[in-house]
Amino acid sequence: MNAIIQFTQKLNGIFKFHGGVHPPGNKSSSTQAPIADVTLPALLTLPLRQHVGHLPKVKIQVGEHVLKGQLLAEAEGAVSAAIHAPTSGTIVAIEEAVIPHPSSLPDYCIRLQPDGKDAWVAHTGQDWRNTERSALIQSLTGSGIVGMGGATFPTQIKLRTDGKSNIHTLVINAAECEPYISCDDMLMRERADGIVQGVLIAQHLMSAEKVVIGIEDNKPLAIAAMQEAVKNTDIQVKIVPTLYPSGDARRLVYLLLGQEIAHDKRSTQEGIQVFNVATMLALHRYFDHGEPSISRIVTITGNVAQPQNFEVLFGTPVSHLLAAAGGVGTDTSHYIMGGPMMGFDLPDANVPVTKASNCIIAASPGLFPSAPPAMPCIRCTRCADACPVSLQPQELYWFAKSDNFEKARDYDLFDCIECGACSYVCPSHIPLVQYYRYAKSEIIATDKAKEAADLARERNEARLARIEREKQERAQKHAERAQGAKKAAEKMVAAADSDQAQTGATADEAKKAAIAAAIARAKAQKEAQAATGEAPKNMAAPSASVQQEIADIDARRAAVGLSEADSPAMQDADKQAKIAAAIAKAKAAKAAAQTGHSATSATSAVVDPEKQAKTDPAIARARAAKAAAEASKNVSELAAPQLTTTASADQEKQAKIAAAIARAKAAKAAAEAAKIAATAGNTDDAKE
Amino acid sequence: MNRSPYISDAPSVSTIMLKVLLALLPAIITYVWLFGGGILITLTLATVTAIATEGLLLKLCQRPLRPFLSDYSAVITAWLLALAIPPLTPWWLIVVGTAFAIVFAKQLYGGLGYNPFNPAMVGYAVLLISFPVLMTKWPAALSLTQHPLSFAEQCQYIFSGLLPNGLDLDAVTSATPLDYLKTQLRLHHQVDTITQAPMFGSLAGIGNQSVALAYLLGGLYLWQQRIITWHLPVAFFSVMAIISAAFWLHDPQQHASPLLHLFAGASMLGAFFIITDPVSGPTTPRGKFWFAGGVALLTYFIRVYGGFPDGMAFAVLIMNIAVPLIDAHTQPRVFGHSK
Repeated sequence: MNAIIQFTQKLNGIFKFHGGVHPPGNKSSSTQAPIADVTLPALLTLPLRQHVGHLPKVKIQVGEHVLKGQLLAEAEGAVSAAIHAPTSGTIVAIEEAVIPHPSSLPDYCIRLQPDGKDAWVAHTGQDWRNTERSALIQSLTGSGIVGMGGATFPTQIKLRTDGKSNIHTLVINAAECEPYISCDDMLMRERADGIVQGVLIAQHLMSAEKVVIGIEDNKPLAIAAMQEAVKNTDIQVKIVPTLYPSGDARRLVYLLLGQEIAHDKRSTQEGIQVFNVATMLALHRYFDHGEPSISRIVTITGNVAQPQNFEVLFGTPVSHLLAAAGGVGTDTSHYIMGGPMMGFDLPDANVPVTKASNCIIAASPGLFPSAPPAMPCIRCTRCADACPVSLQPQELYWFAKSDNFEKARDYDLFDCIECGACSYVCPSHIPLVQYYRYAKSEIIATDKAKEAADLARERNEARLARIEREKQERAQKHAERAQGAKKAAEKMVAAADSDQAQTGATADEAKKAAIAAAIARAKAQKEAQAATGEAPKNMAAPSASVQQEIADIDARRAAVGLSEADSPAMQDADKQAKIAAAIAKAKAAKAAAQTGHSATSATSAVVDPEKQAKTDPAIARARAAKAAAEASKNVSELAAPQLTTTASADQEKQAKIAAAIARAKAAKAAAEAAKIAATAGNTDDAKE
Repeated sequence: MNRSPYISDAPSVSTIMLKVLLALLPAIITYVWLFGGGILITLTLATVTAIATEGLLLKLCQRPLRPFLSDYSAVITAWLLALAIPPLTPWWLIVVGTAFAIVFAKQLYGGLGYNPFNPAMVGYAVLLISFPVLMTKWPAALSLTQHPLSFAEQCQYIFSGLLPNGLDLDAVTSATPLDYLKTQLRLHHQVDTITQAPMFGSLAGIGNQSVALAYLLGGLYLWQQRIITWHLPVAFFSVMAIISAAFWLHDPQQHASPLLHLFAGASMLGAFFIITDPVSGPTTPRGKFWFAGGVALLTYFIRVYGGFPDGMAFAVLIMNIAVPLIDAHTQPRVFGHSK
């Protein structure tokens, strides 16, 4: 069955994606009249952030007079876009103002008072066919052009070919699948030639072999205009069936090329770049006429007297446009920016039009009746049938509702494009997309918190390691000093011996020398003993059973709180090494147990289990290596002669207790712990 | 604020449920025509009981009455149960069954959308286990009985247990074709001779087969209205046909034909109205095949080898348990994921 469908699709060159919905278009009301200009408003408000990325750097002062097209703020940083004066006038303020954004939060804006002359700054086009590509893309940074489809990603970055990704296909998105919006439709009807020029520029910049323009079949006039305009070019116009959300970039690429962009990849990694059709016109205006991005087409529709498309300067207040469209109906309840499927409520009608504003809908209860109260999900899976990503919205809803975010992530919540198709078809009127937005934001927040916690832990570990290292270095210095003293004594003895033999000194002198030598020898011996940690002769190399007994006695004494400072057993380096090893093993077992525990609780934890699983062995290995190094360090440290003489009684006692506990634990954990420790290879000392 | 989408195009839960009730009407009409009006009494009793217990439980749980009583889901449970049990039974039988289904299988799990088991089938299973004799007293088709009961006589029996003079219950009831087949096969009769009995029609029993065809009609309406998808019924019929055909071809004298298995018993009712319950069923397309296939297999084996005349209810309840597992293991491939 599917094979037949796919075969017929191949014949048509259109590949249908799963799901999708058919909301009523409501586009015809705004396409009756041509694109109209709007009178200059009294004040333009230009948000500095009209794009994805960094704030641009303001280049003008308050009170300055600027010309149309003059640079007001230049792109700063890798991802940023410039802002230009949409008309000539005076900068009256740079201040915070409410911008059209779902958050309704204010942001920095430049306020420009038009002088009414609309006088252009000097501008000319470029001979782009005969200019170095990198120079063209460099100059594009000053154009202020961003993706006009709504994503507002700075265009110069999308056109920059980095050598790694070889773009072979350009997809021009003219689907315009959202209801009510008709700005791209009208743009294609009226300015098809300009668009095609822009497409040719983009094709030239990316040296793409293939260009496909995808248009939904509910725009016959636009299709005709575009087909006419692409004559004598190798650009292909493809008609796609009207189905929301075919304008989603990944869906459109599939529709037109039959290629699924992998969920963890960008289309550019597959050699495909997608641009909105209006962005293409902006490219043409910039390269052929030198005009920066200062205006766009906006659909004003809904509860207005004359729905229409307007060429609008950025910064124009929405209320000005509503007035131009004949004013709004008295029952207007609010204003929606964007379409009814993915748009958002405007905080008020005085917010400015930005580079992202494709449509303003005056909403009324008649047009958009409020949804009835939500009923429980009956698992009818209409949502799953409608989902263009083949997700299971009913499962995601269940997980989001019960705050089971880990599971929601497992079910690919982050592949959700929030198109709203699921909510659109839900018989229980559940605001599904809101649940997904909530779950996504919660997951992102906890991920961030976890990142911060990880960073803090790493810092703490580094600090502990530094303290340990400094201690080590001090001990080393002591050892070196002791070694130096011993060498000096040996030298003295040697000197005395040679003196005696070679010069044949007087008996008195010889006697003196002998005494001095004896003293020196004794001193050297004492020093050497101290230096090497050699035990007195009667304690040298006791049998293993005796050692064990001594250790056990020590442990018991430690347990009852007796001081161990003077215990000769402590000087046995071999013994110390064993104890240290036991401690390390116990730590390993403990860490292994903790790892196991955290693994079982991973479902409730916020970490990505897959990622964790991937990174864990690596971390474990690193930690094991570190722990091993530290264990040997501990051994050498305990074995170092200085420690037996300088270490505090307290420390030793602790070590002893630990050793005793470790033995008990090690015995209990036995082979299993060792096995887990070997696989996890983990001694997480930070957890102590 | 972002609260899109602002538009919606979906039938409400009430509309969906009403369409399911509408789809049951052809079968009910056929039932009345061929078996008498007694079914209308049990339907009414079941409906009243369902609404009353649902309302009571909602009140006890302090949940809003209006939205949940007007979703008609309780009425569907009531109707399905009433259609699943013999219509000539004492009035309290359907009342007890319906009340149990609503209280224990639905409301105590949290009400609409939360019940893991099909409430009507829970009610049916409870009645079948508790009152096995009453549950096998199916009325014979009016055309087959010597003394067709009038509507008034049926009413009288339901409420008082009294039959017209000189009649006992066995005179107006008969075994179902499936039941008859099973008992006769155990008596070492052959399928050929068994199906010569007057109760067997061309498909699966006089009266019963007509009701089954009416269910099929209703089911096609639901499919056309996009209330149900084709996956579940098609998978059920396919697996039922394959398994019964396999046994039938192996030994046609010991096993009934696939046609009989498809039209007899609760096959049609189950395939279109019981296993298509979205709440207690699977959600993924592949999961629907596993679920319906499992129900068909279990139904067949309980029918043929089990102690009950039909196996639909138990098959559905057993597969209900497996739904979370089925869903988890049949997740479709997400766009842009390799698997």
